[in-house]
Amino acid sequence: MTVTSSNPEILSELDRPNSYIGKVVPRPNLGRLMQGRGLYVSDMELPRMGHVVFLRSPHAHANIRGIDAVAARGVPGVIAIVTGKELSAIITPWVGVLSHLKGLKSAAQHAIAIDRVCWQGEAVAAIVAVSRAVAEDAAELVRVDYEELEAVTDMRTALDPATPVIHPSLGDNLAFERNLDAGEVDAAFAGSDVVVEADFIFGRHTGVTLEPRSVVADWNTAEERLTIYQGTQAPHMVQNIAALHLGLEELQVRVVCKDVGGSFGIKVHIYADEMATYALSKLLRRPIKFVADRVESFNTDIHARDHRCWGRIGVGRDGVITAFEIDDLTGIGPYSMYPRTSAIEANQVVNLVGGPYVTRNYRARARVVFQNKNVMCQYRAVGHPIACSVTEGLVDLAAARIGMDPVEIRRRNLIADNAYPCASPSGLRFELLSHHAAMNKLMTMMNYDALRAEQAELRSKGIHRGIGIASFIEVTNPSAAFYGVGGARISSQDGVAVRLDAQGSVICQTSITEQGQGSESLTAQIVGSVLGVSMERVRVILGDTDNTPYGGGTWASRGAGIGGEAALQAAKILRGNILDVAAAILQSSAAELDIADNAIVNAADGASRMELRELARIVYFRPDTLPPGVQSELMATRHFVPREYPFAFTNGVQASWLEVDTDTGFVKLLRHWVVEDCGTLINPQLVDEQIRGGVVQGFGAALFEKCIYDERGQLTNASMADYLVPMSGEMPDIEVGHVVSPTSETELGAKGAGEAGTAGAAAAVANAVNDALRPFGAVITEIPLTPQLVLTALGRV
Amino acid sequence: MKAAAFAYARATSVGNALQLLETYGERAKVLSGGQSLMPAMNLRLVSPELIVDIGELAELRGISVSGGVVRIGALSRHVDLLKSPDIAEHAPLLAEAIAHVAHPAIRNRGTIGGNLAHADPASELPACMVALKATIVVRGPAGERRVAAENFFTGIYETDLSARELLISVELPMAGKNSAHFFHEFARRRGDYAMAGLAAQAIVEEGAFTDLRLVFFAVGDRPVLAKVGSGLLGRAVTPAELATASSALGKELDPQDDQQASASMRRHLAKVLLARGLSALLGRPDLHAGVRA
Amino acid sequence: MIVPLSISLEVNGERVDADVLPRVNLADFLREHLQLTGTHVGCEHGVCGACTVRVNGEIVRSCLMLAVQTHGASVQTIEGLSDSGEIADLQDAFRDRNALQCGFCTPGMLMAAQDLLKQQTEPDREQIREHLSGNYCRCTGYQAIIDAVETTARGRRTA
Repeated sequence: MTVTSSNPEILSELDRPNSYIGKVVPRPNLGRLMQGRGLYVSDMELPRMGHVVFLRSPHAHANIRGIDAVAARGVPGVIAIVTGKELSAIITPWVGVLSHLKGLKSAAQHAIAIDRVCWQGEAVAAIVAVSRAVAEDAAELVRVDYEELEAVTDMRTALDPATPVIHPSLGDNLAFERNLDAGEVDAAFAGSDVVVEADFIFGRHTGVTLEPRSVVADWNTAEERLTIYQGTQAPHMVQNIAALHLGLEELQVRVVCKDVGGSFGIKVHIYADEMATYALSKLLRRPIKFVADRVESFNTDIHARDHRCWGRIGVGRDGVITAFEIDDLTGIGPYSMYPRTSAIEANQVVNLVGGPYVTRNYRARARVVFQNKNVMCQYRAVGHPIACSVTEGLVDLAAARIGMDPVEIRRRNLIADNAYPCASPSGLRFELLSHHAAMNKLMTMMNYDALRAEQAELRSKGIHRGIGIASFIEVTNPSAAFYGVGGARISSQDGVAVRLDAQGSVICQTSITEQGQGSESLTAQIVGSVLGVSMERVRVILGDTDNTPYGGGTWASRGAGIGGEAALQAAKILRGNILDVAAAILQSSAAELDIADNAIVNAADGASRMELRELARIVYFRPDTLPPGVQSELMATRHFVPREYPFAFTNGVQASWLEVDTDTGFVKLLRHWVVEDCGTLINPQLVDEQIRGGVVQGFGAALFEKCIYDERGQLTNASMADYLVPMSGEMPDIEVGHVVSPTSETELGAKGAGEAGTAGAAAAVANAVNDALRPFGAVITEIPLTPQLVLTALGRV
Repeated sequence: MKAAAFAYARATSVGNALQLLETYGERAKVLSGGQSLMPAMNLRLVSPELIVDIGELAELRGISVSGGVVRIGALSRHVDLLKSPDIAEHAPLLAEAIAHVAHPAIRNRGTIGGNLAHADPASELPACMVALKATIVVRGPAGERRVAAENFFTGIYETDLSARELLISVELPMAGKNSAHFFHEFARRRGDYAMAGLAAQAIVEEGAFTDLRLVFFAVGDRPVLAKVGSGLLGRAVTPAELATASSALGKELDPQDDQQASASMRRHLAKVLLARGLSALLGRPDLHAGVRA
Repeated sequence: MIVPLSISLEVNGERVDADVLPRVNLADFLREHLQLTGTHVGCEHGVCGACTVRVNGEIVRSCLMLAVQTHGASVQTIEGLSDSGEIADLQDAFRDRNALQCGFCTPGMLMAAQDLLKQQTEPDREQIREHLSGNYCRCTGYQAIIDAVETTARGRRTA
């Protein structure tokens, strides 16, 4: 597959001589971050600001019989101690459901628990003081009388009649169930030469953003306006929800998002403690700052991926996959998160299993249950790592059973590159994917045959290395099909406004946000390319509901594809407007003119006619010299949302090369390769780094990360010393390659790339470990692949 | 989280520090490098009334060699030990072990005295002290005491040191002729506490051990000087003997289950370390290859 | 009643006199008393490396040191290293290689990287990984950072 577009003319705006598209250019915002001169919310201080600390439940499930804060109120420096009941007069509760997820139910959740706590870490009181330290001193003196209740912790027994129902009004602990039956599954299995099944177990893990969740809420009672400074991926969503539950108009709420210390989906949700902080500011009429500490981050940042998924696959001796079937079970904590809900991950698993393959026969059941643990919700690559691990794990098991090479079995089943458009059995519509081209490229990059030979030779010396392959698809550029259709006020469209300033530079306001992915850079690259303006003369403003167009923000790999297209379209309009006024000044026609290198030039020979700086001077300061009737419009706004396809699917394949020490169970990652296809590459370096970072997050899941709960619902490893994240010492170098299949739905042709790395990394690693262990007959279908797990599988401990 | 409030005293002499400890007893904590104490205070797991900062006490500094003994002042930092030519020459086991302790920024602050007094059973240095037959020098209201490292560590975070005493220095006999050492640990990530580790010091003459101290760590409540070492002295070790020793070691150790590893896993890893250690100390790859722990 | 103690130290070459409560750690002192917010706080238990600064020329975790312990010391933060130009080449290499995304780990990462480069002129990739192994980055996957440090070392050898 090559870079082609069905309509070559359509890319003309981007193929200009000084285009930044496809080029590696440094991000414009790096200087301040490298010099320690960024502004993260945790850095902010406002006059009269109070610091809030939340007293959190030590129990997974308990009734609150009373709260005695008398002693705590006496601590010097304490401003207020507020209970859930008191705060409920300011802010209303919410229920995290979406209407298109039929049957999804959840209970009303309050900003601070009122009568009952449902997980260890749920807030029971807010202590506001002049400093965090003083608030913590006071928190130690607040006495809460708890009546401990039985905790529901094991998802496997959550639906048993003997298990207590966490929310009696809901009738049972089942939050959501989805069933799918496509094709002729029973007949396909009956006709298969081989049927293989396995239970896949995924450790519950969490995002561990280096900057914890942080918010400063500033209610100005004179203006009756709330300004929320928050590290969020979706400022307009926060604006809508804060206004809704505080009884305000959206006009009364401004959300400002400066630098954000990592997000990965952790910071795209509405958290009870953040809602409480907004309400406390309104109640106390002063700015309130909440910065989660690391322990409460582990206890309250959303968790993800706690799934147990049984799966089976049928194949013929020829390697043709006949059918997939899965039964997925996941425990999401006591509430479905607001407003995106906690049913999306299981729903995605159902959608995505078998996604890269041709077979039409697919049956799935997914059940989502409540439990007394921290809430689970969408985190980078929602559902993808589970679907990919199950699918690719089953494919490898089937290949091993029929004695076929794992690459060969995939080649026999991956959707052909010329079969598009087409749809999956679960109804996903694929515009254009490139599985085979990606696999071919991967084989070259990793020199697969040579690596297999090396593996065999080392095996004869007692060194056990494995190769693991994982093909995957990724959901990007979501339309309203994700949330909007279910009733959530989460915008799927984004807007960009561009204007020429009085010195001929460009100010660009976009509704997508930046958490390090490169939103600012890609916007400047696109706008600069279309306008013929150098990047250093483009200033990008984002993360401020007062000062950007309305839009969704940055999540679900949508910033480049949707926000980038809006930038492209807005810049095109502005370019036309600039050329119109230039034509009037130069007594020429717009068609005869172009913009290049910050100047109006002749379209024909490129000769410079007028600096943009001069054009701006005339327009803004001497409009009297323009011909009669010419009114220039040097600002343009465009919005964009995909309409034809609900999602722009991308695809790719990953390979892992690793060594297992069969004496100790330790896994050493040696090399890793990724080939992915996200359509047009706006900045290849940024794409590669998204892939690498995503892969390493997948390595964390594969080898290290797990929130370990005991049977009473206590999180036992809530510190960075005990919850193991990937560090530089154990990570390998990762080689990234691309196939480029632009989407025709936009002129830009870009799809998302933020989650591809995470989607397939764990599956590749798990397959590689099993490949290494094949001589021992050991198979592991659980992550993280700890030394303990490996040695247990080998029968050594 | 932020540390709870405490008073702070910068000790001006060992005597001054001991006076403060005498007055406050269990309510005081000695601040040396602070690399274990500060996290505990920041998490409010420890909330002392008084912090006695001994960081300025010059008499607790320095590494010196005389009379066949290496003397290491309690305030010697990990980085000092790592860079010391004396340690490299006379106690290479220690130099090798230090490289496994945490990370550079931690090693720039953490001290040997603080590490030993903290007595984390998964820490490298207590095991090295036992392997190297160190003497721990302690001063208290009644004067100075000298405690053999083997007797110093008494449990998880517990030592022979009382709340009114200060660890002053450690003394190591210089590594002699034909001495050999082995250090290895299994940690999930670089710088993490080990799931199991072995610090071994030996004398090897003509292919046989004449002295062998195998000290395992992270497999018990304190460093464990394995009894099996003494059974391997004075003759060529055969794979069969190693197998016997390995199984005896399994019986000797009594590790605990935790999140990282079950007791049987730790026992298993100790056996792997035994095989790898003996094989390395004797320069006998056949031993290692011949045994499946 | 616990009272603040007077301390005198040098921060980024400027003399600082302050009264500070004993419980205030160096990270919070720099951030809240001196408004040097380039030093970040990620875990407060010495694991993440975001708060790495230099004290008397050596890198330390500023969350694991009391401000009162820096009495008489010289402290350097990312702001100081940036203004002096000491790490300009390292910062350029980070920019060119996109060795940071959200940037929250970056000040600590630059501190640790410069510490290595001062000690070793030809670190290999393993040594770089080892020296940075106590600094957590969730965004990059580390490879770009290792590349940037390697490039800087090469540049300094030929400079």
